[in-house]
Amino acid sequence: MLQTLSVERRVDPHLSIDKYDPEAELLLLHMGPQHPATHGVFRMDLYLDGEIVVKAVPYVGYLHRAVEKLCEKLTYSQITPIVDKNDYVAPMTNEQAVNMAFEKLLAIEVPRRARWIRMIFAELQRIASHLLWLGTFTMDLGGALGGGTTVFMHSFREREMIMDLFEEVSGCRFHYNTHTIGGNRHDLPAGWAGRVKEALAVIEARISEYEGMSLENRIFVKRTKGVGVIEPGLALELGLTGPMLRACGIDHDLRRDAPFHAYDEVAPRVIVAEGGDCLARARVRLGELKESVRFVRETIDSIPEGSINGGRPIKLPNSIKIPPGQTYVGIETPRGELGTYLIADGSANPYRLKIRPPSLHALSALPYVLPGGTVSDALAILGSVDPIMGEADR
Amino acid sequence: MNVVLTAVVTCVAILTGILTATAWLIWFERKFSGRMQSRLGPTMVGPSGLAQPVADLVKLLQKEDVVPEAADRALFDLAPKLAALCALGAAAVVPFSATVVGAKIDLGVLFLLAIGAVTVMPVFMAGWASNNKFALLGGMRALAQSISYEVPLVLSAMVPVILAGSMDVSKIVEAQTRDGWYLIDPVWLGLPAFGLFLLAMLAESNRIPFDIPEAESELVAGVTTEYGGMKFALFYLGEYVHTLVASAVASALFLGGWDGPFAPGLHWMVAKTVGLFVFVYWMRWSLLRFRSDQLMRICWYWLVPLAVALLLGAGAWVVL
Repeated sequence: MLQTLSVERRVDPHLSIDKYDPEAELLLLHMGPQHPATHGVFRMDLYLDGEIVVKAVPYVGYLHRAVEKLCEKLTYSQITPIVDKNDYVAPMTNEQAVNMAFEKLLAIEVPRRARWIRMIFAELQRIASHLLWLGTFTMDLGGALGGGTTVFMHSFREREMIMDLFEEVSGCRFHYNTHTIGGNRHDLPAGWAGRVKEALAVIEARISEYEGMSLENRIFVKRTKGVGVIEPGLALELGLTGPMLRACGIDHDLRRDAPFHAYDEVAPRVIVAEGGDCLARARVRLGELKESVRFVRETIDSIPEGSINGGRPIKLPNSIKIPPGQTYVGIETPRGELGTYLIADGSANPYRLKIRPPSLHALSALPYVLPGGTVSDALAILGSVDPIMGEADR
Repeated sequence: MNVVLTAVVTCVAILTGILTATAWLIWFERKFSGRMQSRLGPTMVGPSGLAQPVADLVKLLQKEDVVPEAADRALFDLAPKLAALCALGAAAVVPFSATVVGAKIDLGVLFLLAIGAVTVMPVFMAGWASNNKFALLGGMRALAQSISYEVPLVLSAMVPVILAGSMDVSKIVEAQTRDGWYLIDPVWLGLPAFGLFLLAMLAESNRIPFDIPEAESELVAGVTTEYGGMKFALFYLGEYVHTLVASAVASALFLGGWDGPFAPGLHWMVAKTVGLFVFVYWMRWSLLRFRSDQLMRICWYWLVPLAVALLLGAGAWVVL
């Protein structure tokens, strides 16, 4: 068993299917788009030699909704709720990214309070997103009818608390539409900071439970250690960002390296892990979960007073016209660098709005790391990538 | 005539008892796992959802019987029946008390192990006949796993057989009533053998952390991918009955079977069996699953040598 596991990558991942040599008798397994563990509608073609993956061809696009094209027909203020649906696990950061691009071209200074609130939202969203990742990842490892679901249910219980907090602010549990050009639409309700701290105290106490069920669990470590190793060079070449990159030992985080929001005033610690395997990615995400909880608890009381919407009072939001120009804004979402490239032509609609989703880049690593592992490893690796197909396919 | 009548009545009673027990244990497991996951479990059908197994059964009975076009029809139909049959067949020789036993045969342990070994056949049959790649992979995994874990299972079951000097399950329990349970007497032999038997039993009945043939997050539903309705229910039933009977066998071989103070023997046997059954489900809902090659490594590197050592130890204990 051990010898067969260390097979060389026999097939060039760049090789297209029609060039594939059919002499080797391989089993072609279509995994997805209808598969319980492909995180939505992702599809991989696995070429199997017994249980060993010899070649993997990922396909994206099953959730393509032409969001970028749609944005060209919408006014600037109508775009915010649309991009919410891109990364549906972290909608908050999506709206922040596009609105920051608009603000940059409009040269609007966002008030300090609004920037702080955005930062707190982003960190809370990171907690919610990583909680969801933990649940789905352990489900990939431990099955939908076993210990995996137990972690999943528990992490969803905590994620509910974050969603309740967001609901209190925006009235929505999921697609918030709480950011506008120049600031935020909703101010924080009275006593919100106290309730955030209460919820985070509960979550912080429970993180040790999650670590007991994941990082300290021998089966978990056995299933993830040394599985799906991404070399740092490959990670840079593929443009991996976020936890995927930091798990390769590369210390890069836009929150610290290119501060946005209020990260120039206070910055969370950047979690880096060595190894580039599934275990390292789990370590980074659980570390970030802990760090975000600590960060929000410590900074939430320092949110400055003031206006939450700056620039000019926007009475007729649909009449906003952005002067001709182009810009790029990249922010650190739970999954990595979410970029927004905007070309404005002076009208009320963008000429072009290009979104750089971190999930798509993360998925591009799969053909390099899947060969040599087993089918079980393939699912573990896919889970550790934490792909959101809504974002990857747009 | 009287003998035949007694046999028929006992068999029907055991069969009914096991099937009913399985239904309610499934309800219990759902409640239990629900509580573990801060959910409520079934609540809607009957008080506390107690009638949920009935509702499940009615639902599964109503389902259309879908057979894939390319499937091997005969094998596809046979597999679930065989799976349930094998699991129920093993119950025949389990003594639930000194008197309640389906068939008192001298080679009871051998019969149990033989039936246990056959249960992999319907699983692989289903994997092959479904003509589905996920099912085939699941069947292959099941075959490899069952054959490997058969070895420590058989060897660890031999420890009480050697200690009691008999292959009759009832005689083994009687010997334990006389000399003390094999779990603690001798403890250096009984405890590891019991642990080994339990592990191998988990693997044999495809329970987490050894449930790779099903592995629903990897192989959709493994061998049962193409099965629906009653055929699926039979597989499900077989799996549960297999676990239940294996728990009963473990209690008979290591925990003194019906032996216990204050209460009738049957109560003790049921309590021990259900206790082990709950333990299996406790494991199921708290652990993740191993990878297939890791499973093989655990078996051949650790369990088999340990089992051989225990077997030798048991021999030495009896001789000395």
